[in-house]
Amino acid sequence: MELFWLLGIPLTGGIFLALWGYRRNAPEINALFSLLTLAMAALLTVRIVEAGPMMVGNGWFFIDSFNVFLVALTAFVAFTTALFSRPYMRIEQEHGRLNATRLRLYHSSYQIFIGAMLLALTTNNMGILWVAMEAATLATVLLVSLYRTPASLEAAWKYFILCGVGIALALFGTILLYFAAEKVLGSGGNALLWTHLNGVKAQLEPTVLSLAFVFLLVGYGTKVGLAPLHSWLPDAHAEGPTPVSAVLSGLLLNVALYAVMRSKVLVDGALGNDMAGTLMMGFGLLSVVLAAFLIVRQTDVKRMFAYSSIEHMGLITFAFGMGGAVTNFAGLLHMTMHSLTKSAIFFAVGHATQKTGTQLMDDIRGLIKTNPTLGWGLMLGTVAILGMPPFGVFASEFLIITTAMHEHPWATPFLLLALGVAFAAIFGKVQPMVFGETELPKLPYQPAQTPVFLHLGLVLMLGLFIPPYLAAWYRQAAHLLGG
Amino acid sequence: MSAGILLQVAQTLLAILLAPLLMGWVNQCRAWLQGRSAPPITQPYRSLRKLFHKDAVIAHTASPLFRFAPYMKFACMALAAGIVPTIANDLSFSPAADVIALVGIFALARVFLALAAMDIGTPFGTLGARRDMLVSFLAEPALLMVFFTASLISQSTELPIIVATLAHKAFAIHPSLAFAAVAFWMISVAENARIPVDNPSTHLELTMIHEAMILEYSARHLALIEWAGALKLFTYSALGIALFLPWGIALQGDIAALPLALAAIVAKLAVGGAALSFMEVVSAKVRLFRVPEFLGTAFLLAVLGMLIHFLLEG
Amino acid sequence: MTALAYHLQIVNLLAALLLLISFAMLSQRRVVGLVTLFAWQGAALALSTAIVAWSTGQHHLYYSAAMTLGLKVIAMPWYFYHLVKKLNVNRVVEPMINIPTTMLIGIVLVIFAFNLALPISEMSGTVTRSTLGIAMACVLLAFLMMITRTKAIPQVIGFLSMENGLFFAATSATYGMPLVVELGVALDVLVGVFVLGIFIFQIRETFDSLDLKHMEKLKEK
Repeated sequence: MELFWLLGIPLTGGIFLALWGYRRNAPEINALFSLLTLAMAALLTVRIVEAGPMMVGNGWFFIDSFNVFLVALTAFVAFTTALFSRPYMRIEQEHGRLNATRLRLYHSSYQIFIGAMLLALTTNNMGILWVAMEAATLATVLLVSLYRTPASLEAAWKYFILCGVGIALALFGTILLYFAAEKVLGSGGNALLWTHLNGVKAQLEPTVLSLAFVFLLVGYGTKVGLAPLHSWLPDAHAEGPTPVSAVLSGLLLNVALYAVMRSKVLVDGALGNDMAGTLMMGFGLLSVVLAAFLIVRQTDVKRMFAYSSIEHMGLITFAFGMGGAVTNFAGLLHMTMHSLTKSAIFFAVGHATQKTGTQLMDDIRGLIKTNPTLGWGLMLGTVAILGMPPFGVFASEFLIITTAMHEHPWATPFLLLALGVAFAAIFGKVQPMVFGETELPKLPYQPAQTPVFLHLGLVLMLGLFIPPYLAAWYRQAAHLLGG
Repeated sequence: MSAGILLQVAQTLLAILLAPLLMGWVNQCRAWLQGRSAPPITQPYRSLRKLFHKDAVIAHTASPLFRFAPYMKFACMALAAGIVPTIANDLSFSPAADVIALVGIFALARVFLALAAMDIGTPFGTLGARRDMLVSFLAEPALLMVFFTASLISQSTELPIIVATLAHKAFAIHPSLAFAAVAFWMISVAENARIPVDNPSTHLELTMIHEAMILEYSARHLALIEWAGALKLFTYSALGIALFLPWGIALQGDIAALPLALAAIVAKLAVGGAALSFMEVVSAKVRLFRVPEFLGTAFLLAVLGMLIHFLLEG
Repeated sequence: MTALAYHLQIVNLLAALLLLISFAMLSQRRVVGLVTLFAWQGAALALSTAIVAWSTGQHHLYYSAAMTLGLKVIAMPWYFYHLVKKLNVNRVVEPMINIPTTMLIGIVLVIFAFNLALPISEMSGTVTRSTLGIAMACVLLAFLMMITRTKAIPQVIGFLSMENGLFFAATSATYGMPLVVELGVALDVLVGVFVLGIFIFQIRETFDSLDLKHMEKLKEK
């Protein structure tokens, strides 16, 4: 029942906000819908934690500790982003960058986007997973081009075409998966149900499945932002409105990686070797290294943090590719940390760019003077994302790198080099933005920084202490991934 | 064996004698379709006779090669006409040359004509020779691909075997052969200097290809070249029929089927000629720099035909 | 060669036709011609799906065929014609790589696809398994078309043609996906095309052209 509400609320919200149009309190309604979704997600989580995995609706939906954790994370970040976007989008409107029609589109698409992601996370059917992923893309295409500037249109076009091609490859992978499954499970809807597939994974044809995995990895990997198909990501993040950047970076990438992981579990079972893991490690490592060196050259703050997202997703993919209990645990932890931290950073960056009216880092200076909360928010977020203790990112990165040292020593120098380069580049660029000299007057309004500190507080807490039930939960999820 | 030689001689002579008739038929059909009053179907014979009775005029700069080329071309075409099964299948010449050698024979004739065209040293001759070489350079690989497709189906490059295999087979849709047939049609159009690649009745320097090469020829040399041209068209048509519509041909040792085979080939040629003239009327000549695309398409179709054969029929 | 039943021979012929249309699309310079070819491709796909449905008794394939007919043969081409007319973009456009070269690359892709499909089609139990290679070739050719075109509408048509290839692959390897999934995919494609319609107008408004060459500002410096 919670599940029904969980999916129904964002969908209703999307339709309602589209019909109702942009009124004065539309942002509050948007946040309200997100809050209700979060409440449902919390209820669902409680139930799963208590009663274990469950199947709903004739096996069409399947919730276990792996996806319920992502459901909770998605609903949480979606809610805080809705809170953040409430004042943020109002100011954008006052600046004349948006009008009522576009805001109506924004709110409606936002809810549908969240709904599509939740559907992708909870469905048991690999085909529906594909459909939901595509729906999530479509919902965000028009959000990326919301400002209708040439650059934003270009970014959205690139986003659409590249992700369209990627998702088409994933569809082919799904077809191959169905092809292999049909022989064992018989034709019909059941052959694409993940739980059924998982039950018979050892009997699936290995050749077909390895080919299917290549297509699925490249396809969904495009959405994760894995190199070399990452080029849509920085553009879409930099040119779209900041709340959209926050949810793209914090949530959509996770959901895409979730799709890859579900496929990996099947392929590992069918192949009995670590071909899937090796592929993921390769793509992951390439993304980490490439992104780190591209970060150095960025001048646009949102682009820089978008590359940082590629770097972190690469790291998580690498971790899942190694695929032991510890690294899966670390990967899940890092997923959480990255989502929370990166969306917090985008919130802070959003206000900073809104105030200075530019996204060029050279023109943003002395945030600590114009608004201390904003400055500290950005600084702490940056420190957190760079993996400094005591923030949670440190714990997960530490786990990943030590395991890599132990199991795949060849990869360690690359990882350390990439992380080092990214650290130096990002810190060097953010530091003057926060502490530099500025002539600008103080910020006339108080930015909505509650979500920033809420996120960072959680990250800090998880860095110092992971509550036992949460750790048990992660462990359970890690185990599901084949730890 | 002797029956084979007899058939061979009869068929070659038949081809040589009927070739101008086919040309006349195509011209007549075209005139009808264009709404002009048509020349009689025997017009090519009359022109040939007229040309043979004239005195040849040859440029001072011409070398013996120039005189020799028309004979060479005619001989090549006659040989080719002898190889392609027209009415009967057991020809004693056929084992001597398979489809690949056939392509070589066509190339030989072309090389001589191109050399002769350049021999005089007029700009038109050189221009025509160059353009003709361009066309053949593109058409030849495509033609070979068509032959490969056909020989893959029958597992042999010998024409009689290909024809026998295809004629014997129960009717089945071969997508590969359909592709090859379209490609072959396009190649034939190009090789025989027909619209849309070349226009046999133009002498406009911007567009002419084949006619530019033979501008300097007169009298009996010209007659031989024209006749060889007609023979080439006939041979290509016969080849197309043998490869793609072989039904009705007299197979090994089946003398009684000969009259029927003759009727069949005449009927097929008549239809083919009418189709050719129809296509010429409805299509416009393409510009020279589009010719590579036209022949590229033919090549593509032939290659696709072959690939599809491997996939669907292999 | 064992003689196939006639309806399967027709399916094979339609498969060959699909491949041919893919090549024709690669070489087509006019947008309207491209739309027409796209409609024909959809028609060939719908017909072959219907024949497979009839010959194997897989009833859900009829829905799939009807969906293809309705969306990809009637609705979308109509919409594109409308778009082309309204935006007046039907000019001869040279693709980025000249056409003969594109064709050669296309042939290489076809060979690659056939090789890739071979092991899979050997495992398949469907009567139409041999056409899987063609389906894959169509997907790759559509991909190539998306790469070589710089205009918005041809890129979209390339994308949809890719979808056609994927549907054909599903039909030939497994007699189609489960109906729910196919419905979902069709819905996504439909929504996608409408989103793109809006999008194309936005691009047109902002750039005064549909040439994506204007959209090359966002590059790594």
